[in-house]
Amino acid sequence: MEFKDYYRTLGLERDASQEDVKRAYRRLARKFHPDVSKEPDAEERFKEVNEAYEVLKDPEKRAAYDRLGSEWKTGQEFRPPPDWDAGFEFRGGGFTDAGAGGFSDFFEALFGARGPFAGAHGARGRGFQGEDHHAKILIGLEDAYHGTTRQIQLEVPAVDAHGRLVRKTRTLQVRIPKGVTEGQQIRLAGQGGPGAGGGPAGDLYLEIAFRPHPQFEAHGRDIHVTLPITPWEAALGARVQAPTLGGPVDLQIPPGSQSGRKLRLKGRGLPGRTPGDQYVTLQIVTPPADTEPARRIYEQMARTFRFDPRARQGG
Amino acid sequence: MPRGDPVTLPTLVLDEESTVGLGELCRAAHISAERLMAMVAEGLVEPLGKGPPAEWRFAAVAVTRIRTALRLQRDLEVNLAGAALALDLLDEVRRLRAQVRTLEHRLRCGSD
Repeated sequence: MEFKDYYRTLGLERDASQEDVKRAYRRLARKFHPDVSKEPDAEERFKEVNEAYEVLKDPEKRAAYDRLGSEWKTGQEFRPPPDWDAGFEFRGGGFTDAGAGGFSDFFEALFGARGPFAGAHGARGRGFQGEDHHAKILIGLEDAYHGTTRQIQLEVPAVDAHGRLVRKTRTLQVRIPKGVTEGQQIRLAGQGGPGAGGGPAGDLYLEIAFRPHPQFEAHGRDIHVTLPITPWEAALGARVQAPTLGGPVDLQIPPGSQSGRKLRLKGRGLPGRTPGDQYVTLQIVTPPADTEPARRIYEQMARTFRFDPRARQGG
Repeated sequence: MPRGDPVTLPTLVLDEESTVGLGELCRAAHISAERLMAMVAEGLVEPLGKGPPAEWRFAAVAVTRIRTALRLQRDLEVNLAGAALALDLLDEVRRLRAQVRTLEHRLRCGSD
């Protein structure tokens, strides 16, 4: 396993006071809290910061950790010395209250459930509820529009016949109703971690994420799409077909349209009590002048139009 | 757990449109009714319509709000009022970010 430099994680010197530890933790916890932070690796960093604080905030654990010596660097291959915890008296209980799971192997080896610090964690009270679990589920925009049923596979820790901790795959079938939006959560009651001592299981929360779509982009319930049109459709107006998540619809392009003009198809976005709209952005595409007749038409246009789109730009 | 074809599980979308009662909200957030009352009093979540607590309904998104508030309280040691303030500010940040995205999209398309 890799050594973790908890002082470095919190940006502290080894002689930092308990007050310093607390202050550094608070500042970093605010910065990387997954509910608050927009840092891309917030969740990972928050976990690291919490793990470091879990050890350094507790004078006993900190002293034990310090005894490993200051020669270690983060990432170095590490094995705890056989007697590393000798001479310390550890109190049980009140342990890894910051959501327990998810700490590193390093932490688990020194302070985890099998380590000498394993205390009352998991044993406080009788029959407590299992942990809530979280997972992201990636779906297509079409799935969000029509609703879908998905099989998802979750890796869950379990204990085998020999009392060893193993990972088991669990398959769930989940109905995703139509009209879900990016970032929305779905709750599956009782599908989280198992309860202990007769307590109920935790819940499973699935967060919806959209797979990037080659054509459509979702902003909340609204759908945006770019529609290529010809110069004559733009100039003269036309009735064309525009793609929507529900299938193609007729769209009237007003005469005199320019590239970038946005047309709204009311209620053609993602469904809901207030359905979203679809916004169609027109993009004029000019045909290539790659044949003699085509060239002649462009040359005739150049002669016919006294048109300078840059006239107002000066220069 | 029985093997074989998995059954389709009942789901609750935590949005503004689905609703939950007081009991279900407490169960989902793992909090007591008293603690929920305190959150209502703080304006952190609001029941839909009026009526006695036993008849309260909440938009299902309240589950997310309460769970986030609990995480903030636990991890950042803010009190209930602080968590409520953070939640409101986070909503505002989300709204502004969505607006920025829409405006950026509009700029990219060179329109309006």
